[in-house]
Amino acid sequence: MLNIKDLCVSYGAISALKGISLTVNDGELVTLIGANGAGKTTTLHTISGLLKASSGTIMLDDIDLQKTPAHKIIEYGMAQVPEGRHVFAQMTVLENLYMGAYSISDKKKIEDNIEWVFHHFPRLKERSKQLAGTLSGGEQQMLATGRAIMTNPKIVLMDEPSMGLSPLLVSEIFSIIKELQKSGITILLVEQNAKMALSIADRAYVLENGKISMSGNASELLNDERVKKAYLGA
Amino acid sequence: MKKENTAFRYLINLVAIIILMVVFVVLSFHSNNTLKLKVAPAVWQCCYLIIMAASLNLVLGYLGQLSLGHCGFMAVGAYTSALISLALQRAGFYTEKNSIQFAITLIISIVAAAVVAALIGVIVGIPALRLKGDYLAIITLGFGMIIVNLINNIPFCGQQGLAEGAASSALYANGLGFTNDEKQSFMWVGVLIVVLCMTTMVMFVRSKFGRVIRAIRDNEIATSATGNDISYYKILTFVFSAFFAGIAGALYSCANVSLATTSFAFTNGSILNSVFIVVTVVVGGMGSMTGSVIAAIGMFLLNYTIKNGSWVNALPEFLKNVFTYPMLVYSIALVIVILFRPKGIMGDKELSLFDIPGYPKRIASYFKNKKAAKEV
Repeated sequence: MLNIKDLCVSYGAISALKGISLTVNDGELVTLIGANGAGKTTTLHTISGLLKASSGTIMLDDIDLQKTPAHKIIEYGMAQVPEGRHVFAQMTVLENLYMGAYSISDKKKIEDNIEWVFHHFPRLKERSKQLAGTLSGGEQQMLATGRAIMTNPKIVLMDEPSMGLSPLLVSEIFSIIKELQKSGITILLVEQNAKMALSIADRAYVLENGKISMSGNASELLNDERVKKAYLGA
Repeated sequence: MKKENTAFRYLINLVAIIILMVVFVVLSFHSNNTLKLKVAPAVWQCCYLIIMAASLNLVLGYLGQLSLGHCGFMAVGAYTSALISLALQRAGFYTEKNSIQFAITLIISIVAAAVVAALIGVIVGIPALRLKGDYLAIITLGFGMIIVNLINNIPFCGQQGLAEGAASSALYANGLGFTNDEKQSFMWVGVLIVVLCMTTMVMFVRSKFGRVIRAIRDNEIATSATGNDISYYKILTFVFSAFFAGIAGALYSCANVSLATTSFAFTNGSILNSVFIVVTVVVGGMGSMTGSVIAAIGMFLLNYTIKNGSWVNALPEFLKNVFTYPMLVYSIALVIVILFRPKGIMGDKELSLFDIPGYPKRIASYFKNKKAAKEV
């Protein structure tokens, strides 16, 4: 589904990504882990068109994403949950969800999607008339995820969904992500919380100083000595 | 149940508008000196101030971008409509203002004013809206000044505006400008235009577009992430706002004897300048259409009492001096409003006819809560 080849990105003279390649197949949950400054968010921003790559290709099926403007990408079935949630604080929960559905013109479909989101996030249904800014961090993360699902995506990019959440909420969010995958959505998950991410993912890539240092089966990486030392603190 | 409720609300609002229109039509044909000399000019002035404040609110309140050159668009509209009406008059299209030909001229000049202002809005908006915050404010401020100078130096507009230029005929004798008699008998036209403009703007804000625009104000990154082209919506709003400023400009040239570019400057001693409009929007509440209407009328009345009120003369000398600087009084008014209602008179709420029956209860509970808080 998503195919990245030899991607290089630099901020001026500093190169942040030095030729990374990764693939996400249909229906997979792939995670990209790494320490601060490894280039995780840079990778996501380049995929979503916020940053321009200096070389390399990003293909979503047969579409070259680097030639597509940021707001068009969503029409090709790629949604994203930005880092730090970014909900519309002055709008109600319901309005936030409607905002997610702008690329869909079929009203029936929108109502179905809202039904679907409320089924998976009952907490949002209770608060559908509340302003999004008054929600707790976990609820805002749920809202941002729900908003991304409103577009009927084939693939969802998630940037650190666990940021700033309590351990209990983190496991709740991750079980929701797992559920999304079960319903047929492909997911690329960027995380700092390596242990949690590896425990739900199918495959994983480890990013280090702008290069992919390890890749493979998530359960194998979880038991890998080097990963344990660097990220799991064991 | 909910749907019927909406239909009922529309019906009530429609009835309210019809009553308002009937009142003004009746007033228009009622001969009375106070009405003619005081009320009618005031109503006209309020008309364009309301449209100006509401259209700036689209950019300032809903989109969240500070524009300091809004009167520039109004100037474009005013001059466009005035020149068109003068040209039609010279061509002999109409001779008196009670004819059907004049009605056509009026419509043509208002539409032309709006369209030309919107075009200028596109030209200014595309480069300007790449900037944010202070920088956008500076560029729009520059636009307001450039427009005034351009108009001053275009030969057919003339140094002193239309009053003494090559097209030098007093506007009220030949062009759009109304005499006091006509201001009164056409009063309902002005009110009708305001109602139409306000309805369109409220519908725009409540539509799908309006939701994206409020989303941009809240969070640009997230709006982009949900698949909306931010610059398209920004320019759309800017142009829409310029369109209505153009209509306000056409109303301005209806209500005035002659045009002079100083009236549209960034700041001046009178009521009409870009700063004054910004102050009006802030006082009314950024993101509230009814707030803009209330503030526009309120600020106009403040201006009117400062200039014409006998109570100013009765004040002690040092206070009277304050009132000779109207801009100072507006600033004080702004400070007072911000102190007591930081989000403006209406905040981001709208005043609905349906809320009014609930007000006594709400006010009572407000005082009750205050009392309870004191006792604790």
